Amino acid sequence: MRGAIKKELREGNVRIPSGCAISGIFSKIGKRFNGNDIIKSIATMHDRSNGLGGGFAAYGIYPEYRELFALHIFYDDFRAKENAEAFIKEWFDIEDMSEIATRKTPLITDEPIIWRYFVKPAAARMKESGLDEMDYAARHIIHVNSEIQGAYVFSSGKNMGAFKAVGFPEDVGDFYKLEEYEGHCWIAHGRYPTNTPGWWGGAHPFAMLNCAVVHNGEISSYDANRRYIEMFGYKCDLLTDTEVITYIIDYLHRKLGLSLEETAAVMAAPFWSEIDRMPEEKKRKFTYLRNAFSSLLVTGPFSILVGFENGMMALGDRLKLRSMVVAEKGDLFYAASEECAIRVIEPDIEGVWAPGAGEAVIVMSNGGNV
Amino acid sequence: MRFIYPDYEISRNLSRCIVCRACERQCSNDAHGYDEDTEKMFAIDENCVNCHRCVSICPTRALKIVKTDNTFRENNNWKVDIIKDIYRQAESGGVLLSSMGNSKDYPIYFDKLLINASQVTNPSIDPLREPMETRVFLGKKPQAIERGPDGSLLDNAPPQLELDVPVMFSAMSYGSISYTAHECLARASQKLGIYYNTGEGGLHEDFYQYGANTIVQVASGRFGVHTNYLNAGAAVEIKMGQGAKPGIGGHLPGAKTVGDISRTRMIPIGSDAISPAPHHDIYSIEDLRQLVYSLKEATDYKKPVIVKIAAVHNVAAIASGIARSGADIVAIDGFRGGTGAAPSRILNNVGIPIELALASVDQRLRDEGIRNEVSVVVGGSVRSSSDIVKAIALGADAVYIATSALIAIGCHLCRSCHQGRCNWGIATQRPDLVRRLNPEIGFQRLVNLITAWKHEIKEMLGGMGINSIEALRGNRLMLRGIGLNENELRILGVKHAGE
Repeated sequence: MRGAIKKELREGNVRIPSGCAISGIFSKIGKRFNGNDIIKSIATMHDRSNGLGGGFAAYGIYPEYRELFALHIFYDDFRAKENAEAFIKEWFDIEDMSEIATRKTPLITDEPIIWRYFVKPAAARMKESGLDEMDYAARHIIHVNSEIQGAYVFSSGKNMGAFKAVGFPEDVGDFYKLEEYEGHCWIAHGRYPTNTPGWWGGAHPFAMLNCAVVHNGEISSYDANRRYIEMFGYKCDLLTDTEVITYIIDYLHRKLGLSLEETAAVMAAPFWSEIDRMPEEKKRKFTYLRNAFSSLLVTGPFSILVGFENGMMALGDRLKLRSMVVAEKGDLFYAASEECAIRVIEPDIEGVWAPGAGEAVIVMSNGGNV
Repeated sequence: MRFIYPDYEISRNLSRCIVCRACERQCSNDAHGYDEDTEKMFAIDENCVNCHRCVSICPTRALKIVKTDNTFRENNNWKVDIIKDIYRQAESGGVLLSSMGNSKDYPIYFDKLLINASQVTNPSIDPLREPMETRVFLGKKPQAIERGPDGSLLDNAPPQLELDVPVMFSAMSYGSISYTAHECLARASQKLGIYYNTGEGGLHEDFYQYGANTIVQVASGRFGVHTNYLNAGAAVEIKMGQGAKPGIGGHLPGAKTVGDISRTRMIPIGSDAISPAPHHDIYSIEDLRQLVYSLKEATDYKKPVIVKIAAVHNVAAIASGIARSGADIVAIDGFRGGTGAAPSRILNNVGIPIELALASVDQRLRDEGIRNEVSVVVGGSVRSSSDIVKAIALGADAVYIATSALIAIGCHLCRSCHQGRCNWGIATQRPDLVRRLNPEIGFQRLVNLITAWKHEIKEMLGGMGINSIEALRGNRLMLRGIGLNENELRILGVKHAGE
């Protein structure tokens, strides 16, 4: 059986603390480039992973299907595939589907069945549901993941895709042939879990619609965040920090309409001592955000990179308990857990800097809005 | 013939006693006397309530109170208390009364929950070196954001209470406790940036100055309720029930309705103040909604309305109904909550533990997606900072304390409040006794207690790697049960230690 792993050791049945490496590259003018640079960058931080999880997300890779949701799905077996496809066909129109091309490598084993579907919501069904396209897609993706045994949608955005596996990230990149994809925004993750999850779905990034997150840290607010966000239709099946952080961003930014800067002010809120010193108008705003969304404050160490269709956000926790540096050169923006991961691809870069605690660095495509 | 031998004996070390007669002067229960003939002190054990006033005041430490070793034939079914209660009722034909909370040997779940700490994978945080936040807001949270024409966020939050530390002094009426005790609570609340609760006896005009830190209560008797009173506080609390005596009302004996108490309650001097068991304008949940909105109208929608209930069997559904009734905060009082007087059988047998009530209410409100509609405040025996941490991790926004606060200002838990002769000047209206409570010292001791607890809360938060108490609220992964069965763990929503 492919992907065999004791069910009780999977993400979702146990909560597994992890350390990590993260890296991201973003072209502000939307210039596309292949996966080689991001693989090189994350590979430099090899020692920050332990071979138990690696992954990438890339934006701009499916321009020919830019209007369609690209679903990347892991299946444990063909029965799961049949069940999931029956469900997908019921709720979506499938425009294209194929197995995701991979390269055999001895370093990546136990691979599940990995398929890709380009879909759009079934028009009549969606109209009947009264939901907008995003909510409709989200609801049915969550259904597949929580209800269909052995099927797991690990990427569901438009013109973007996540690629992940159990292994070191550079081997994962090789496995998925990322040199064949061209995107304008790449994020990557190397994982250091404290015990052996061994399940591909548990690797990162975690992607939800167009939002993909890589995260380094172990948040102490996890269960407070999880129990709150689950009130709004999300289901935290994996019990990972990245999953709940992605849902928080999706809820605040996409559903409620907070800007990324406001979303960051909720998740990594300034301390009251700082808010109390702010000018009146600013103080009112930050007090409002902290009070209204106090259960979405994220505490404990984290540094995250969030990919969007037209931008990237780097955010660290309010005490800066995890390293992260950023830099810019020309139209390219870089962020990584360590400076070496930037210099290995851009040796002459100047002005590498470490964003402060709780400081959100948000870069958008030219003319784009946060 | 007297069937009942006293529970406690006054033990006097005659070699230490200097016959200063302080014990005799201090005891309002007449447990001490002086024999002119022998020039020695004597004790009347049956009058002693074990309040330790004499023990504390004795300059030579000549006194201690010991449990009597007089015994009945041992019987696991007919325990001493049960036999004595029967004697008492056979003599008096009356309902047995007690004070303070349920003292019986039921499980104390706070003592069966353990708190987590960080090791290796994430760092603990030192509150002496890093900011550690305990500020919370209570009240309904906005359901959606709104923006002004310039795109700025509008403050559409309903009225909120802001607390520097998530602790409030819960309702104790002026009447059940003394003027001075109220003064201590009011001043300490102001100093600490928290709130105290008037209870159902109205608000003495001297204390309107502490209104910004006062919660005014509206109970079934409506004593002392008028427009100015409602608008004097920072929030209005509707008292539907009390953990010590769910399902029954209150009774302040006429003897306590003296002077300013009569004036504050707006009832004649010497008249019994009887609070009916239900509010007679609330026979159902839709009636509650009307009172909630009447009070909001009366206060111009500027003050949060709290609905306080006793923790009873169906508490989760009731709290859910309250959340939908327009209330901003629901306060739940567990079966160990204190009282100035309650029938003993009710005190000891009605209601459920606050830990279980809290866990089921918090979960129900989340299941219904309305946890944001109300804040949850719990009381009913919160005894220490670790109880507070556990309550918040189970899902509370803040806690109410009363017994702990009274202990801080001198209460020794003799559970005799209903007799009105409190030797510590707390639960009495006798001017000579009230004078014993020094408001300056009482105020300072309350400030000390909450300050100390705040330090301890910060230490525990830091240990968990959390630097704001908001991130602890409902964070049940930070708790593990010890010695609990599957049902208890399921209701509390925690794993067992070792899992």
